[in-house]
Amino acid sequence: MTTFTPLASLAGGALIGLAAVLLMAFHGRIAGMTGILSGLVPPLAADWAWRAAFLAGAILAPAVIVIAFGDVIGFESPMPMGWLIAGGLLVGVGVSFGGGCTSGHGVCGMARLSPRSIVATLVFMASTAATVFVTRHMIGLV
Amino acid sequence: MRNILMALVIGLVFGAGIALSGMANPAKVLNFFDFAGTWDPSLAFVMGGALAVTALGYRLVLRRPAPLLDAAFHLPTSRRIDRPLVAGSAIFGIGWGITGFCPGGAIPALGLGEADAVVFVLSMLAGIALARALRPLLAGRAVARAN
Repeated sequence: MTTFTPLASLAGGALIGLAAVLLMAFHGRIAGMTGILSGLVPPLAADWAWRAAFLAGAILAPAVIVIAFGDVIGFESPMPMGWLIAGGLLVGVGVSFGGGCTSGHGVCGMARLSPRSIVATLVFMASTAATVFVTRHMIGLV
Repeated sequence: MRNILMALVIGLVFGAGIALSGMANPAKVLNFFDFAGTWDPSLAFVMGGALAVTALGYRLVLRRPAPLLDAAFHLPTSRRIDRPLVAGSAIFGIGWGITGFCPGGAIPALGLGEADAVVFVLSMLAGIALARALRPLLAGRAVARAN
């Protein structure tokens, strides 16, 4: 069980949106984690430096919050190691071919009403929901 | 240099948003998709908040001729709904549904010092490298089929 957190989630979502708007305003870039990460998988993109800086900030922020306010960020990863590795590989392959993930397609692309992003988001949301139904209610994994 | 510092600041905002929203918590993500079980609708609020701010902000920002720290906007121009887009997104969903981690949630989760996030991110990076290696092979097959 996790508790319903509408206010924190809405505020967090607004911050994600603010980051997307700022990255477009300053760098002219889509704030998609897939696109930003891809330039950091060797061979490195020529403009790797801002990508690495964005990544460093994204990793640092939760660490700073935990240091400042204590254990306030919930985290529970229920899947066994083997499934975690298989799922990670699938996510990496999928977002590469699909050209984006929840941040790139789901937030930035949808906000621009990009037809590719709308299709991608509908497909991965449906696929995720179907997978959760299978793992939880058919296989009974978690 | 200024663009690197600014990227760090924007990354901090992104990471704080992910952490606050619950997207870095795999159990919360899985519960959002578990309509038949322990459903937690919180992530709809994440999407709602993020989309509202981004849609509004983009309208203002994209009116300008160029971004503040670069010569031009880098916007995807393709409008083709092709097989890699659909198949790739479906495969991504399977991995997201298994683990509860998506790329934007997993990277900030690294900052929580959780081993599971490290295992997931390393596997995901291997998946990105694998896709890169597969791409020429798949393209070659498509050409062979077309001929």
